[in-house]
Amino acid sequence: MRDVAIVGVGIKKWGELWEQSLRNIFVDSALAAIDDAGANRIDSMYVGCMSGGLFVGQEHLGALLADHLGQGPIPGTRVESACASGGVALRSGLLEVASGASDIVLVGGVEKMTDVSGDEATYALATASDQEWEAFNGVTFPGLYAMMAVAHMHKYGTTREQMAAVAVKNHFNGSLNPLAQYPHPTTVEAVLGSVLVADPLHILDCSPITDGAAALILCPADKAAEFSGTPVRIIGSGFSTDTIALHSRADLSSLDAVTRAAQKAYEMAGKSPADIDLCEVHDCFTIAEIMATEALGLVEIGQGGKAAEAGETAIGGRIPINTSGGLKSKGHPVGATGVAQAIEAVEQLRGGAGERQVEDARVAMVQNMGGTGASAVVHIMEAM
Amino acid sequence: MSSARAWREYPQRYRYEAAVCDQCAKWFFPPRLVCDACGCREFTTKAMRRTGKVLTYTVIRVPPAPFKDQAPYVVAIVQMDDGPRLNVQVTDFVDGQLKIGLPVSLEFRKIYEEGEAGIINYGYKAVPV
Ligand SMILES: [Zn+2]
Repeated sequence: MRDVAIVGVGIKKWGELWEQSLRNIFVDSALAAIDDAGANRIDSMYVGCMSGGLFVGQEHLGALLADHLGQGPIPGTRVESACASGGVALRSGLLEVASGASDIVLVGGVEKMTDVSGDEATYALATASDQEWEAFNGVTFPGLYAMMAVAHMHKYGTTREQMAAVAVKNHFNGSLNPLAQYPHPTTVEAVLGSVLVADPLHILDCSPITDGAAALILCPADKAAEFSGTPVRIIGSGFSTDTIALHSRADLSSLDAVTRAAQKAYEMAGKSPADIDLCEVHDCFTIAEIMATEALGLVEIGQGGKAAEAGETAIGGRIPINTSGGLKSKGHPVGATGVAQAIEAVEQLRGGAGERQVEDARVAMVQNMGGTGASAVVHIMEAM
Repeated sequence: MSSARAWREYPQRYRYEAAVCDQCAKWFFPPRLVCDACGCREFTTKAMRRTGKVLTYTVIRVPPAPFKDQAPYVVAIVQMDDGPRLNVQVTDFVDGQLKIGLPVSLEFRKIYEEGEAGIINYGYKAVPV
């Protein structure tokens, strides 16, 4: 297996992009990544997208997006693993370059979510759960994470205020990110005073509905110098699945697939949690960030809420989490999220994260998950 | 939902038919083709007892499209006495009654209707015992 580097990144402002189609949103970010890398060709591409079908009635995205990117004859593969689609696309591209099958691979992610109404979007997202035995009964994604929150509060004493502290931190970080959908600071009072979506989760505990895309250019690490973008090496990758239905898990208050994916990534990278300088985690809900930081070994099991409340996970804290603003503030165009997390890691390791910059960042981790953690993918990157 | 799919799921939604592994006796509801505990592919169909207890729950206030007219409603994860766990709506409880550990029983109820001319989907909901 060859060492692989990221040599280009592309991402544009996320939000309710009513004037732009799925294909144009994707191409805009993909071209930015190609320009950043200074790449004069692409050998193959992977695109993470959860539900082109339900959101815009368009499948067959591999061919469609290769066509519109002007890369016509190359292999174009669409990757779907619900909200982990982007992270799994990154892993697919990584393996293709590492194997020697291709030299220059574009990894992208895209979701166009605002062409449907809110309840249709809620329905589309709920198909990432077990359609027959969860969604059938009317449960939603906020509902599933709310049940995890209730279990976590019951088992570890996690509080409502601790969950709100995650939203406050991520919105503060997002306020320093010009590309974030909601770059506005918030307060614990505002989170707890916002409308309930699924008890105990309020709307400000939830990531938003977002249109957006993100793209990366991968190449063999020993060829990175041929490109214009400052390279970052991918040193670890882990992927694990769990039961699709939340109710089939032995422990409702842990994310076991995340733990397994992280173990593989740490092992491959030869790193431990103490080596990680910053981490982007999949905070689709505030409770998800708490549980993810625990599963990754960055905080003690059951202490994720306390760590957030104490400022340990803030920029300048012991282990900065979601310096980009996370899904919460930056937005969550489902298929693009895992790719955008990698872009934040690259920006931090390049030292180009501006006001969000973590001092002396050398090693960064990204954690992306689908459904209630039924797909979990973790990558570790190092500055070159 | 197609009428074929609705019909296919009747044995579980109407009759609580579970599959019990012939080798390790693990219960599966709904049935599966291979046991995830021991790999066995032979099962015996048994009706699952309808009793269990609440492990966690929430109130859905922003529903998906098919449940638009029903919110707010309660959804729980229930540990059934025979072993399987279910995601299920909870109904017929009184204020303050809902808590982790609440004993419940499954009852036959309407789940949702698909518009004016679509299928009326029936299934089970949990009620306190
Ligand atoms: Zn068995």
